[in-house]
Amino acid sequence: MNKKAVVSVAVVVAIIAALPVLGDNYLMRLGTMFGMYATLALSWNIIGGYAGYPSFATAAFFGLGAYTGALLQGAGVPMPLAWVAACASAALFAALLGLAILHLKGHYFAIASLIVGEVLVEVATSWRSLTGGGMGLNLPVLRMGVEAQSRLFFWSMYTLGVLALLMNWLVARSRLGFGLNCIRQNEDASAMVGINTKRYKVMAFTCSAVLVGGAGAMYASWVYYIEPPDVFDVLTSVKPIVMALLGGAGTVLGPAIGAGVFLVMEEVVWRNFLDVHSAILGILIVALIFLLPNGLLGLAIRRRKAAIVARLPTLAKRRKA
Amino acid sequence: MLYLQVLINGLVLGGLYACIAVGFSLVWGVLNVINILHGSFVILGSYVAYFAYVHLGIHPFYSIILAGAVLFALGYALQLGLINRVVGAPVLTTLVLTFGLDLLLNNAMLVAFSADYRSIQLANPLGRMDLGEVTLPLDRVASMLFALGLTGLLYLLLGRSRIGRAIVAVRMDREAAALMGVRVRRVYAITFGVGAMMAGAAGSLLALIFPISPLNSSEFLGIAFVVCVMGGLGSITGAMIGGLALGVIESFAALFIGPEHGLTIAFTLLILLLMFKPTGIMGRRGYE
Amino acid sequence: MSDLLTLEGVSRRFGGLLAVDNVDLSVGRGEIVGLIGPNGAGKTTLVNVITGVYRPSAGTITYDGRRIDGMKTFRISRMGVARTFQTVQPFPAMTARENVMAPATFAGKSQGIAEARERAEEALEFVGLGDARDALASELTLAGRKRLELAKSLAMEPKVLLLDEVNAGLNSTEIDEALDLIRKVADSGVTIIIIEHLMKVVMSLCSRIVVLHHGGKIAEGTPDEVRNDRSVIEAYLGNRYASRSAGEASDG
Repeated sequence: MNKKAVVSVAVVVAIIAALPVLGDNYLMRLGTMFGMYATLALSWNIIGGYAGYPSFATAAFFGLGAYTGALLQGAGVPMPLAWVAACASAALFAALLGLAILHLKGHYFAIASLIVGEVLVEVATSWRSLTGGGMGLNLPVLRMGVEAQSRLFFWSMYTLGVLALLMNWLVARSRLGFGLNCIRQNEDASAMVGINTKRYKVMAFTCSAVLVGGAGAMYASWVYYIEPPDVFDVLTSVKPIVMALLGGAGTVLGPAIGAGVFLVMEEVVWRNFLDVHSAILGILIVALIFLLPNGLLGLAIRRRKAAIVARLPTLAKRRKA
Repeated sequence: MLYLQVLINGLVLGGLYACIAVGFSLVWGVLNVINILHGSFVILGSYVAYFAYVHLGIHPFYSIILAGAVLFALGYALQLGLINRVVGAPVLTTLVLTFGLDLLLNNAMLVAFSADYRSIQLANPLGRMDLGEVTLPLDRVASMLFALGLTGLLYLLLGRSRIGRAIVAVRMDREAAALMGVRVRRVYAITFGVGAMMAGAAGSLLALIFPISPLNSSEFLGIAFVVCVMGGLGSITGAMIGGLALGVIESFAALFIGPEHGLTIAFTLLILLLMFKPTGIMGRRGYE
Repeated sequence: MSDLLTLEGVSRRFGGLLAVDNVDLSVGRGEIVGLIGPNGAGKTTLVNVITGVYRPSAGTITYDGRRIDGMKTFRISRMGVARTFQTVQPFPAMTARENVMAPATFAGKSQGIAEARERAEEALEFVGLGDARDALASELTLAGRKRLELAKSLAMEPKVLLLDEVNAGLNSTEIDEALDLIRKVADSGVTIIIIEHLMKVVMSLCSRIVVLHHGGKIAEGTPDEVRNDRSVIEAYLGNRYASRSAGEASDG
């Protein structure tokens, strides 16, 4: 990304941050959701977009963060500390899980990462003495006005989203991002050019979890009440993937753009077609796969690449039609 | 004697599990596509059997044919129209696509049939048979025999028939099969149709045993996953052994740990298997 | 002369199959050693064992005075052992330059992106891909991708380079160009182990040839010695030399 792009992104980020000026509670709720969705999609992008590992573990990290935050807050730990602890627990969990399952490829990895969330649901449901089981957990109510609360949660969630964007930017520019790019394209060759593939994959998986854990804990504080099927919902794993694909997986900005577009569509669908909203989400997914296989940003990038191909040098051949 | 009873219950359940999983395994093995729709296919099969029984008085054992035909047509059309266009795309694409289609189908079933649990009350149940201290619930045992019979039939279909050999050839080597004149895209569509057909048939057998609701689809999908990984990818005998093993494990887990943990045990087992032996208990190599 | 790479009693078993059987081999600094043998003789497996893709079932491998058997692939690469694959393995969605920057960044001695880019451009220049640096790897011809593989290996600043059938699939003009390139690499001081089934290539390049058959070493010596070795002729050359020497390669 060049300087101009960085500046314009910074301006957009600042403008959205000023959302509370409008004083509209509905917009604030949307803004908070946007922060959360952007966090999830951008986090997934590190393992799914850069490294190309089809992770369905987002829900596991989210739920784990939610329960960590809720339990700590219930035990009297101040809210911000509980959030940080949730980040740490999700990151630690991801690192250990990654060591165990990142040797799997393709479908096997996808299934393993998906099933982890299912097992955690069962654990949270069965461990009644700790988690309240299927009855769920209530969180302490904050002693502040409704408007102040909605501002607090908006800014917190939004900050998390901006951190996720920053993380993507840093990763994309670093050796890690370069290495992950190689791993996605050819893992055997990556080891041969000196990349410690296992370490890089575990790092990517951990990056994809840390902020998601925080988002889970913030969500729990925000809605005051969590239960296993809500915070471990498999859709929490799938939606970020759809957002990232929508905007352009493996790009820095794509997942954030995808999160915004997805949120708007979801909101419209929810308000107008409550009964069939998941069917419409399904249609959206199918349309996305066929009409926008590289995402919104992918369209732009392909144009640029095509321009390079147009002046092909000696040993290059024409792209097949 | 208690253990023998638990073992028999497990085998009865396992036979049905094998039938649920075998179509899923076939599709995964031949197309390298994980069909997230599979659970909803099973449920749709159950609904076909339910309505056939309630409105037409057709016994679920006979509805196998009807449910199989309906699901085959649906699966064939989906593969030919949509999924064929992304076979060979990255794993994520096919996963997300079938997930989207599943949202659509499942939501459609929710709207059409509601989330209420329904079950079939047979007018003439076969009842039970007591053998010493062991009791055989005959309707269930008959379902399991049908399930295993169907699985066996699929085995024969793949081994003996022209289309079966074409499916196997495509699984082994797609390019070579194409060179030999096999129409790969059509074989894919038939394979997906057969996978859906097996799901539909399993669904009509399950209609006798489990309450029917679209909410159950993920459970059946989960069972298909576990059986498939346990038995090894794309192998029919593997699915048979994996299914029976899962049924028995779940049955004993229910006895020793509690009935509500059956699926958790299965999933935990699955993760352990994936971590340490991703080729399945039969040791066959998969698409690692 | 101290040896750079020494294999002692190296074996690799897959289930019941002994793919590499008790191979001893030592390669001195600056040598060009040819590794030949009929298809299925275990040549590629041996390369995979040396580069850490497979762990040897028995035996020791010493490189530059250190034991490397059992080490992970990426560590061995970073120590200066580079290889090209029999089937080319580029990063298809990256440009040629980015492809070569990867080894320069992770295995070479480059500090930072700018230096890696410089190394990459040098290596591309060296193999004659200088003006194709911005093309995507997937858009190069087979000969181009083979050169790219070589550039990737060179960007690692290797001490020893294992070339696995770099000429397979090339026409005879392309092969001659490739041979010149390999000589150029050798002249720059890199030790080379070249796997080939084109006799013409090994005979003209190598100072020493090792012959594998059924996983075991059956002969070793200068091209002339090997050419006249009875067991080699029996195992390999008897019916193949004539048909292969025309320069027409199968893809192996």
